[in-house]
Amino acid sequence: MAYFLQQLINGLTLGSIFGLIAIGYTMVYGIIGMVNFAHGDIFMIGGFVTLIAFMVLGLSGITWVPLALLLMLVIAMAFTALHGWAVERLAYRPLRSSGRLAPLISAIGMSIFLQNYVQIMQGARNKAVGQPLISGGITVMESDGFTVQLGYMQIVIVVLTVVLMVGFTLLITGTALGRNQRACEQDMRMARLLGVDVDRTISLTFVMGAALAAVAGMVWLLYYGIIDFYVGFLAGIKAFSAAVLGGIGSLPGAMLGGLLIGLIEVFWSAYFSAEYKDVAAFAVLVLALVFRPTGLLGKPEIEKV
Amino acid sequence: MVAVAQQTAARPAMSLPAMVKDAAIFAAVAFTLALPLLGFRIQDKGSTSFIETRFGDLFYAVLVLFIAKLLMSLINAGLARPIALVTGVLSLGWIVVALVNPVAPQYQVHTWFTWLVVASVAIRAWVVWRAEATAARGVVAGVIGGQDSHGTQIGHLVARLGRQLGPVFFLIALVMPFYAYFADDKRLVDLGVLIFTYIMLGWGLNVVVGLAGLLDLGYVAFYAVGAYTYAVFSVKLGLNFWETLPVAGLMAASFGVLLGFPVLRLRGDYLAIVTLGFGEIIRIILLNWAELAGGAQGIGGIPRPSFFGLQFAPSAPEGQTTFAQFFNLDYSPFHRQMWLYYIILLLALITNWFTLRVRKLPIGRAWEALREDETACRALGINPTNTKLTAFAIGAMFGGFAGSFFATRQGFISPESFNFLESAIILAIVVLGGMGSQIGVVIATIVLIGGPEWFRDLELYRMLAFGGLMVLIMIWRPQGLLAHREPTITMNGGRAGARAK
Amino acid sequence: MTAAVAAPLRDPAAPLLDVEHLSMRFGGLVAIDDVSFQARNAQITAIIGPNGAGKTTVFNCLTGFYKPSVGRLTLRTPGGGTYLLEQMEGHRIAQHARVARTFQNIRLFPRMSVLENLIVAQHNKLMRASTYTLTGLFAAKGYVRAERAAVDLARYWLDRIGLSPRADEDAGNLPYGAQRRLEIIRAMCTEPRLLCLDEPAAGLNPRESAELNDLLLFIRDEHKIGVLLIEHDMTVVMKISDHVVVLDYGRKISDGTPAEVRSDPAVVRAYLGEAEEDELPPEVATDLQTIVKA
Repeated sequence: MAYFLQQLINGLTLGSIFGLIAIGYTMVYGIIGMVNFAHGDIFMIGGFVTLIAFMVLGLSGITWVPLALLLMLVIAMAFTALHGWAVERLAYRPLRSSGRLAPLISAIGMSIFLQNYVQIMQGARNKAVGQPLISGGITVMESDGFTVQLGYMQIVIVVLTVVLMVGFTLLITGTALGRNQRACEQDMRMARLLGVDVDRTISLTFVMGAALAAVAGMVWLLYYGIIDFYVGFLAGIKAFSAAVLGGIGSLPGAMLGGLLIGLIEVFWSAYFSAEYKDVAAFAVLVLALVFRPTGLLGKPEIEKV
Repeated sequence: MVAVAQQTAARPAMSLPAMVKDAAIFAAVAFTLALPLLGFRIQDKGSTSFIETRFGDLFYAVLVLFIAKLLMSLINAGLARPIALVTGVLSLGWIVVALVNPVAPQYQVHTWFTWLVVASVAIRAWVVWRAEATAARGVVAGVIGGQDSHGTQIGHLVARLGRQLGPVFFLIALVMPFYAYFADDKRLVDLGVLIFTYIMLGWGLNVVVGLAGLLDLGYVAFYAVGAYTYAVFSVKLGLNFWETLPVAGLMAASFGVLLGFPVLRLRGDYLAIVTLGFGEIIRIILLNWAELAGGAQGIGGIPRPSFFGLQFAPSAPEGQTTFAQFFNLDYSPFHRQMWLYYIILLLALITNWFTLRVRKLPIGRAWEALREDETACRALGINPTNTKLTAFAIGAMFGGFAGSFFATRQGFISPESFNFLESAIILAIVVLGGMGSQIGVVIATIVLIGGPEWFRDLELYRMLAFGGLMVLIMIWRPQGLLAHREPTITMNGGRAGARAK
Repeated sequence: MTAAVAAPLRDPAAPLLDVEHLSMRFGGLVAIDDVSFQARNAQITAIIGPNGAGKTTVFNCLTGFYKPSVGRLTLRTPGGGTYLLEQMEGHRIAQHARVARTFQNIRLFPRMSVLENLIVAQHNKLMRASTYTLTGLFAAKGYVRAERAAVDLARYWLDRIGLSPRADEDAGNLPYGAQRRLEIIRAMCTEPRLLCLDEPAAGLNPRESAELNDLLLFIRDEHKIGVLLIEHDMTVVMKISDHVVVLDYGRKISDGTPAEVRSDPAVVRAYLGEAEEDELPPEVATDLQTIVKA
């Protein structure tokens, strides 16, 4: 029971990270119908920017944890969002009217480019945070000599995710930007005719997705204490699986899918085999697509002929 | 490209201060973008890491981009010709200098970057200059159709050249190892083997992606299945290369059917992600399956192919003769390389023959029709699932053949050789070549695989350039380099005939 | 060639298709509600009705794109056999029951040549001739002969619509009207028993529309197959159809010869709707005018 509870906590933490990345996939897919293959690498860049910010802040003597955390968050979000914006502007916007295949290939190229850019700039080796920024935790229960730990970092992650989700939902449902976004989702041409600045709306979608991915990258770095240029590939695919599982295009779906993927992965490694934990995520993706292509919270699509 | 140039040429010219402001904004964005990852570098020293700044490089890069942006504005303001001449001479001249006198490594990154930017400016200036010249002559080029008809012309030309020069290229490919043998250039044969391996993989994947329009991001899985099948059968059961080859192909094809069956009804981009997932699953299974696949260590000691029973070895065991002894030659490792070269050449040619032939058969036409419109196919009585499955299985089979060859060539295989990047490279070859174009695959392989091999010193930047190239070619030609398609059957003697009427 | 299509029938206008109690629901929405009608060989049966009446949905049920919620769709073969279309997959309906269709928004293979479009339509026949690719790969005689026959059939139809000179061009480069006609003859190249045409006259000019009428009459009279026709253009419907079925809000409100339907008060009411007080939508108004005039 205690072991189970511990895995549940770990799974929810990991799931929150996947959920944050998944939102970027789901929003972009919702609005322009493409799989932003480079999104996982945007997440990775978020992690690297956080690490650099962390070290620069350390050098400049800002060590009060809440302030450092806040500054890191802001810096990571800002710079990563700029990367997200640039990727859309350079690699996707020119291809907006070229079918489905060309943007996907361009996105794969972008993903390879970003990975190698970071590898060249920062080196191929793992980068580690010297010492954990937030350590310790609450002992939830103890039984059979097994201690269930709820780390402070885990609390920060879940709280941060919940706050961002709420803020984000308010943004989408309550502002003109959210309205424009939904209008573009439904019918881009009509939205343009009605005076919605489609390019700007799409750009902002990428910016928001990248900002959330940056948060995920930061959280990932602080949680695991380590990052490398390749981390975005697997995390990105798992987050995409989460978006599909939850129903692509649906924000709560992305979060739900993320939590499920996180839980599946953690429980799989805890109870079956850690070696095959990545297989679990892929298997879920395949099963979800085959048996329920619309996902858990997605709307069914009626084929029009 | 022409269309783009004309659009921008039609834009009202900016004043000089506006240009500077524009370039400054551009430079500021570039600066901010590059600041964290280029401006700072995390260095490790033992267990501690510290941060290092590279502001010099950062400012240099931004300065170059600022000037480039300014030049771009000036190009549109009517200075296309002088800029084209100056930057063209600069970038071409530098190539000459670099060839004559190799640049010291520490300056290479800066110079390469600068050269890339200057060359881009030169190309842009040249394109605008040409467009202006055409406009000045009063020729109205189709603004919208310009790009496509231009590309079709190139495609048409290359297709015709390919038909006429095909035999010549084939002859060159045939005698090349002998030239290398006498010139004692082992690297050339190795490069030939590498290029033909990718050409074969590209042709195999072309069936799936180019003809049937199924985006497969996990093609490397079939390559792996072929390689491991060969390794297991030859190491554990002692079968030789030609005996195992069909088994490996069959095995890969069965995997294709197995994977394809549940997922082939998915939409294009979903299919892509699921195949990617399958590719990774296969790799992870191989990585963890110690008993059969050797886990992360892989399988070593895979038998090399023999020449109809004659071993390529310095000396033969009792009662056998080596290739060199039989033909009364001095032993040379070259012999085996050449034999490998001819094997892959043969396999690649079989793939090509099959594809060209099958395009003219109902199944090939059904693949292309499915790519165009699946709904219409169903209404015409074509079974989409079966048709897609055959494409998937046949593509997988060729991947399996290539995998067997890879295993026998390397003598050692491990899961690391079969990662996603490999799939991405093969896919890039197909897509950049122009989907469905056989010659396109050859050209793209030579550019993407052969090109970087000549720039070995820039190993680190190879994949960066590769990714960048994928994006650029897609933007420039979303249909691929050779997006030209010849009909598979004609009634009036082809398009030329129809036009003559 | 034509002989293969027009098998000797004792009664040229024998019943071909029976639609019985067809209903189609999407979630809570009832698109078709208990519709029954019959189509006969060598007759043109038109299905008309205001927009959203469920006409295309009937087609989609017939050709296997949707599985009907309720109902039976029986297709009779000249030999006395029957196919229950509601139980068959889409491509099997086209292959075995031989129901061919066209689409409201043209669905050609735009980057394949005109001729290739027509050859793809003969896929199943050619697959058998190439022994599922095995003998075809080595250009066996049987396959070469079958392919030549396929080209002959394509040429026959291309000559009929005057597109033979453009046979080697990309289908996507043809003008709109020619694409419409090409889609119809592509369906004919599958050698169907029942041809379903979804608004074939949409977007055609009067001359093209007249050519279309000739083509449809030719198909009916020479090939003696049944034609189901969804059409908004009332001049076409009234001129060429033998039998008209009127749908409104998913229900059948009238069924008979053009003359009978035209004078049916239910039809007039459906086309007027409750709009007697309101302004009529322009489309309905033109439809109504042609009905009253014709």
